[in-house]
Amino acid sequence: MANQEYDAIVVGSGISGGWAAKELTEKGLKVLMLERGQNVEHVKDYKTATQAPWETNYRGRRSIEMIENHPVLRRDYVLNELNVDWWAQESESPYVEKKPFNWFRGYQVGGRSLLWGRQSYRIGDIDFEANLKEGIAVDWPIRYKDLAPWYSYVEKFAGISGSRDGLAQLPDGDFQPAMEMNCVEKDVAERVKNHFEGKRVITMGRVANITQPLEGRTNCQYRNKCWLGCPFGAYFSTQSSTLPAAMKTGNLTLRPWSIVTRVLYDKDAQKATGVEVLDAETNETIEYNAKIIFLCASAFNSTAILMRSATDVWEGGLGSSSGELGHNVMDHHFRAGANGMVDGYDDKYYFGRRPNGIYIPRFQNIDGDKRDYLRGFGYQGAASRSGWSREIAELNFGAPLKEALSEPGPWSMGITAFGEILPYHENTIKLSKDTKDKWGMEVLEMDAEIKENELKMRKDMMDDAAEMLEAAGLRNVNTYDAGYTFGQGIHEMGTARMGRDPKTSVLNGNNQVWDAKNVFVTDGACMTSAAAQNPSLTYMALTARAVDFAVKELNRRNL
Amino acid sequence: MAINRREALKSMVLMMGGTMIGANVILTGCAPEDRIEGLEFSEEDIAYMDEIGETIIPTTDTPGAKEAGVGSFMVVMVKETYNQEQQETFVNGLNSLKKNFKSEIGVAFMDASHEQRLNYLNSLNEELRSGDSENGPKYISMLKDLTVLGYFTSEIGATQALRYVETPGKYDGCMDYKKGDRAFAL
Repeated sequence: MANQEYDAIVVGSGISGGWAAKELTEKGLKVLMLERGQNVEHVKDYKTATQAPWETNYRGRRSIEMIENHPVLRRDYVLNELNVDWWAQESESPYVEKKPFNWFRGYQVGGRSLLWGRQSYRIGDIDFEANLKEGIAVDWPIRYKDLAPWYSYVEKFAGISGSRDGLAQLPDGDFQPAMEMNCVEKDVAERVKNHFEGKRVITMGRVANITQPLEGRTNCQYRNKCWLGCPFGAYFSTQSSTLPAAMKTGNLTLRPWSIVTRVLYDKDAQKATGVEVLDAETNETIEYNAKIIFLCASAFNSTAILMRSATDVWEGGLGSSSGELGHNVMDHHFRAGANGMVDGYDDKYYFGRRPNGIYIPRFQNIDGDKRDYLRGFGYQGAASRSGWSREIAELNFGAPLKEALSEPGPWSMGITAFGEILPYHENTIKLSKDTKDKWGMEVLEMDAEIKENELKMRKDMMDDAAEMLEAAGLRNVNTYDAGYTFGQGIHEMGTARMGRDPKTSVLNGNNQVWDAKNVFVTDGACMTSAAAQNPSLTYMALTARAVDFAVKELNRRNL
Repeated sequence: MAINRREALKSMVLMMGGTMIGANVILTGCAPEDRIEGLEFSEEDIAYMDEIGETIIPTTDTPGAKEAGVGSFMVVMVKETYNQEQQETFVNGLNSLKKNFKSEIGVAFMDASHEQRLNYLNSLNEELRSGDSENGPKYISMLKDLTVLGYFTSEIGATQALRYVETPGKYDGCMDYKKGDRAFAL
């Protein structure tokens, strides 16, 4: 096969892989980006993005066939007739749940960048220093100042809209103008600020939906159908943003249907020489060579590739010499909070479907606040008027029911917390001995759970929410804990953490695998701790930073 | 799994040599009291469901559930999104509604006035709301649910009973609203 030599190989085409490809190609490297699933072309393949509700089969519900065919996806909102092809099919790609685990994967070009929630927050020194101060796991090898310029760099290109709030626990960034709160949210924010004397803040969600045009992209049109792919390119995805930039250089080759089975490792040179690919359509095995490898296959799949690599040198695979490969699985635990009814505002409504809500940054265990657990949580939420699907039990059938449901219902507001999960060594993934996927590859076995620290936090996630909503004057405030299954946050993190010591970490402070300096892991696998913020923006910044380092090292002939 | 008469007859025909000639004539002729059997909804059945939908969401200054095609929508949803138990509840409910309506009101549902239908369905709905839900007519809440869903997500419901704006283009978080203004679809 022609041209199997590249300067760099990027494994995965999601948020991290797209950034790696963009940065590497823009620095002049010839790059091969490998994606295990199908190609999805920007706009052209967003087949359901402009469908009206009456053009769908089940109007947002699920068929029995969909439910039977998707024993994992059906556990949450992700199973939807409009984008079911964009979630990994569990019949082809199973995994083993030693403990209950929801693993929602996106196996196509763009990965979950097409499907993500787009909330984009920096993590600050409160987060980078926490492990060291508290004696948890290992210290992050970097601090906020190391990442801050890279956050700015990726924010400007990706297009993050948000407000600058001057909070130490949620550093400001280079934002486009924030989206707008509705009038109830504005008033609730004001009342909470006054009641808690500024210690609890409600801000507009910082989101990767642009409010001003960028090159080749239109500002958000407020359709709220992001996860079907945006015909306007208004949210950051590989397709809307990094892929066109990488393609423009002429240096990128994108190969879909390419499952990377392992990194090829030269034990004499102590470096990777390339990767082995299994063609998902033909089952053909192909080797590609490159000077640098970026693993951006999503946290657990990047780790699985490492586990399958260099097993003749290390039984547990490349990076296992630390004893930490596959350990410290993290996510964000959520689905606990409160909601309530808002009186008044009957003469107010809103126009447009805002794909974003409000955000309440963490306020626990900072500024003199002290809890009986470590770390904390932030909230996402929104106020809205209910629609036609609301229950009006007292109304009879006929014209009264029709007229009532044709008007907007009462206002309510709900907030749900996203809490930090500590990095526990015993929360692990490993290759299963006996379960194989469609291609005969050993699949992952998940063995992770939340513990006392998170369970204690969940109580406050409810109570603090109720306290704020009540302080803001809401009525019938109701707390809930809808239960959390590990993985459900779809913020898979850890299993190949960064650190300062090769004996206790898989990656160094530049996302380099200690045991193979030309292999970089820059997706969620690298996270040393989880913080409470949505993590994708951090992967973008870490990836851009690691590429900058890698190319400098390559030019110095150190790789 | 309970096998209904129609399916039993079909499989018997198959066992007897695979010919289905005449089978549909036999089946139609054998259905007593115009009952819905299994999930084979006829044009008449769909018209019946349209009228039930129209009773729940009638034509006012905007078209009602019948014009929005709620009967055909119900068929799709019952066949493809209901489990077997729900399907049986739904079909048995439609059959008992038809039978009981005629014996209690003295006229077939399809021949009755809108008021007669409305009063009858409201009384069943009241029975469901006030009684214990174990014995109440659960199919009434299914009919209501499918009618409301089918109507407000139909082109008629979304664009006439509601305001449908495919591409809003902007967000106004504090627009004025006065009673009677229609809600936005979606």
